Formats: sequence, structure tokens, C-alpha cells
Amino acid sequence: MNFQAVKSIYSFEMARFFRTLSQSLISPVLSTSLYFIVFGAAIGSRIEQIDGVSYGAFIVPGLIMLSVLTQSISNASFGIYFPKFLGSIYELHTAPVSFVEIVLGYVGAAATKSALIGLVILATATFFVDFHILHPVAMLAFLLLTCVSFSLFGFIIGVWSKNFEQLQMVPLLVITPLVFLGGSFYSISMLPPLWQTVTLFNPVVYLISGFRWAFFGAADINIGLSLAMIALFMFVCLGIIWWTFKTGYKIRT
Amino acid sequence: MSPIVSIQNLSKQYASGFQALKNVDLDIEEGEILALLGPNGAGKTTLISIICGLVNATSGAAKVGGFDVVDDFREARSLIGLVPQEIALEPFQTVNDALRFTRGLFGKRQDDALAKSILEKLSLWDKRDTKTMELSGGMKRRVLIAKALCHEPRVLFLDEPTAGVDVELRKEMWDVVRQLKADGVTIILTTHYIEEAEEIADRVGVIHNGELLLVEKKATLMQRMGKRQMRIELMQQLASIPQSLASYNLDYTADDQTLTYSYEANGERTGIAALFADLSKAGLILRDVETRQSSLEDIFVGLVEDKS
Ligand SMILES: Nc1ncnc2c1ncn2[C@@H]1O[C@H](COP(=O)(O)OP(=O)(O)O)[C@@H](O)[C@H]1O
Ligand SMILES: [Mg+2]
Repeated sequence: MNFQAVKSIYSFEMARFFRTLSQSLISPVLSTSLYFIVFGAAIGSRIEQIDGVSYGAFIVPGLIMLSVLTQSISNASFGIYFPKFLGSIYELHTAPVSFVEIVLGYVGAAATKSALIGLVILATATFFVDFHILHPVAMLAFLLLTCVSFSLFGFIIGVWSKNFEQLQMVPLLVITPLVFLGGSFYSISMLPPLWQTVTLFNPVVYLISGFRWAFFGAADINIGLSLAMIALFMFVCLGIIWWTFKTGYKIRT
Repeated sequence: MSPIVSIQNLSKQYASGFQALKNVDLDIEEGEILALLGPNGAGKTTLISIICGLVNATSGAAKVGGFDVVDDFREARSLIGLVPQEIALEPFQTVNDALRFTRGLFGKRQDDALAKSILEKLSLWDKRDTKTMELSGGMKRRVLIAKALCHEPRVLFLDEPTAGVDVELRKEMWDVVRQLKADGVTIILTTHYIEEAEEIADRVGVIHNGELLLVEKKATLMQRMGKRQMRIELMQQLASIPQSLASYNLDYTADDQTLTYSYEANGERTGIAALFADLSKAGLILRDVETRQSSLEDIFVGLVEDKS
């Protein structure tokens, strides 16, 4: 194991993040603030409590997840796609590193960034609504697990993308709908029975439900099942990455 | 001594079906400068890419320092530095950070003294805090070389190092290459310029259509393959070559009244003495005589013609 290489990749990626710190933070913080103003204050005041939680507070976990998922995917996919685009990826192929170091470096950095953004959004939320986090440790664990698994997913997209369009297609066409339909803004129990069943095929539902449980102690889905689904998603991603590197698919000609 | 790079029966067929390398065998000795000479599309980059880990071979094996480039890739790659054909750098990275990054990938901590000496050798020291995107093309190429050297490789691959490079940088590069050789580094460079191979290499491998046609010491190659030509300038015009000289296969150019005679440089008999005797018997008076060794270009053209 070449730890120096992991450190090298990680710090290079983090340097990129801090170089553009204001950009990296302003956009998620701004959009989340707008959500709070529109949904939390304006509309939310007319919506009754869900599971004993005010609507403004109810959407906090979902909004954090929305940013964290998009950021994880875009950071990780961009991080590995950009050297591919520039050609500088030759360095990774000719260095004494295996996919383990590469993934630890790139995915580790992407996950760190999105976790930081998640925490900043959480802090922003406290300016708009009053809420109390029931299980802070579980909340952090859920946050990190989500950051890691979706950074892995983003990494796969980055490795497989042939151009910038493909790079942006998946987050746009797949993730945004999944997150909006994943219970960020409502409880699954509010849906008609048929749609409740359909929703269960949406992996994001398990994330948001579990994350919300860590905040308020109430969840649409059993917390154990939520955890199991995230773990499953993470292992599927790891498996795909392992296979991609082992066969050299999309990596070596 | 066992070779530092050993290539056995290496073949590569790209996904498109194109056969870029055909059963290449090659041993490279530690400390030598080997030039891989061949026209564009010959398979030079493919060969280097397989050794360095950028391309998977279809069949065959390559070893560096005794380590298989696939099975023991960590050990093998630790010994290798690569300067790629295309310039590819992270635009926002400074020169110093670029070196630090590469050295880190090779599992080594930053060594400021080493980085300084490499940057100075390549006239990059002033630019150490400049972002790579702000550098000129020649400077970028120097950065690529510095990156390849900063982890202290024992084998350095230079893929078309002088493509698009000005005279000054080319000279500097050859100085660095000679210095590296003196330090015991093995150097493999590819080129389609014959003069370049002639200028810098100890041995030359000629590659064409994915086949390694031959590998020879440069001097041996010149001797074995080299023909010499003798140009004989006459005092008078000739209407035709006299019958008595027919057996020498002379060429005559009327413009400069010159006869050209080709002979094997290291043949048993060159036939020069007999030719002079016959020239004087035919009553021809010589103004000047000049001999010329055939260049690698002539050799190369001859080899490729032989094959096809
Ligand atoms: N990824 C690839 N897919 C298909 N053909 C390729 C690929 N890379 C190179 N080739 C072909 O293989 C041949 C050898 O290429 P290359 O090794 O780059 O030659 P050289 O470096 O000697 O100019 C060329 O005809 C080239 O078109
Ligand atoms: Mg080439």
C-alpha cells in the first residue's frame, strides 16, 4: 500500500477545493437558503406538522442530502474525469499505485468536500429554523456513509464518461429526480399506496429516511433497512470500480 | 549482466482490430541509450506504453529490473520515468507542486534539494512557483521531463522528446540525457528523425509496421549496412562512360562532371585501386575525390525496402 500516493492525490484534490472555496460553498448555501425561505417560511407556515416536527425543520435533512448527493457525485466524477480529459491521467497509470490508492485519494477527497458542505448547510439551516438533533453520532455516520457511497458512484461516472455531456447527464437526469421524489420535501406516508410501493425502489428514499431518523427519531423506513441499503449501494459501487480497474475497461486500451 | 528491460514476444492488437506490435523481442542493457527509430504509426508509443503500464499487451511479457510490468507492477514502475509524447499537465498546479505530486505518487516524500537540482538543470528554477498553464510549450515539456526525473528512475523513457522543440531546448535535453547516462540511468527514446538517433544513441532499434526490424550498436549498424560512396570529379566532360569502366557500375552526372562509385565500406576488396588504374588508362584526369558514409536514412530506407 502506497500511503504517500494517497496523501498526494488527496491533498492535490483538496487544494483544488480550497482554491475555489467561495465558489464551492456559495452555491449550495445560497440555494439551500432559498429553499428555506420558500418552503420553510412561506409555504411551510401553512403546512401542518409532520410526525410532530414543523415543516421547516422536517425538510432540513432532505435539503442537506440533496446538496451532499449532488456535490459528492460532481466532485468525484470531475476529480477523475478532468485528468482524463487533460491526459495527465497517464501519471496514475505509470505510477506504482493500484486502484485502491487511486480510489482512496479521489473518493476520500470528494467525500470530505461534500461532508464539509453538508455541515455548512446544516449550520446555515440553524439560522432559519429551530431544530434539535436527536442522534448526532448517527447523523454524522449517515452523512459520511452517504458522502462516501455517492462519491464512489460519482467516481464511476467520471471513469466511464467520454465527454462533459455524459459527465453531467447522470446527475441531472437521474439524481435530481431521485432526490426530489425521495421524500426530501414530504413523508412517504403522505403518498397514495401505489406510489409508496414505487418509491421503495428509489435508493435515495432509504438515505433520507435514515438521515431524518437521526434528526427526529421518526422514519418512513426501518433504520436497519436504511443502513443495509446504503451499505449495499456502497459495495455495489466498490465492486464495479474493482471490476473496471481489474479488466482495464475504459482505463487501459 | 541481465538486461534492465527485457521484452519477450510482445504483441498488441487494439480493440479496433489493428495489429500495432508483432512479436517484439528486445533486451536493453543497463546504462545504455537506445533509440527506437521508425516512421509515424510504427508502434513506438505502443511499445513504450505497454512497458510503462498505459496499455495492456495482447500477448507476451515485459520485465523491468527483473520485475514483470503486470504481475509486479509496483516494483517495475518504481524504476521507470516516462516523458509522454503529448504535453499533459494540470493547468493550475505550480511547477513545484507538479513535482511534489509525482514524487508522492511514487511513494516518496518531497526532497527539496533534489527538486532544486532537477529544476536548475532544466532551466526551470525561476519558474518553480509559476502555474503550468502560464508556461510556453517548450517550458511545459521541460516540466514533463522534470516530473519524470523527480522520483529518481533507473530507466527513463522519452517519447519523441524533440517534437516541436526549439534548437536550444533540444541541445539542453541532450545534455541532460548525457548527464543521466553518466549517472547510470538507462534511456530509451523514440524518434522518427534519423539524425537524432545518430547523434545521441548507443544502439538503434528500427521499428516499422509493428515489427522490430533490427537492433544494432549504432557503429556496427553503420558498418554492417553502410555503403560508402566515392564522388570523382573530372577535368573534362564525358559523352558517355567508357566501355572499359562498365564493370564498376558508375553513375555519371554531366552537370558537375562527376562519377559516383558505390562500394561496401568494410568489404574484402573495395576495388578503389583498380578503378583508379582503369580511370587513368582511359585517359581521364581527376580534379577532386570525395568519400561519404551512408546515413542512417539510407540504411533505414534500404531495410524497409528489403522487407516489403
Ligand atoms: N487506441 C488505439 N486504438 C486503435 N489503434 C491505435 C490506438 N493507438 C494507436 N493505434 C494505432 O497503432 C499504430 C501505432 O501507433 P503508435 O504506437 O502511436 O505509433 P508511433 O508512436 O510509432 O507513431 C498506429 O497506426 C495507430 O493508428
Ligand atoms: Mg508515437
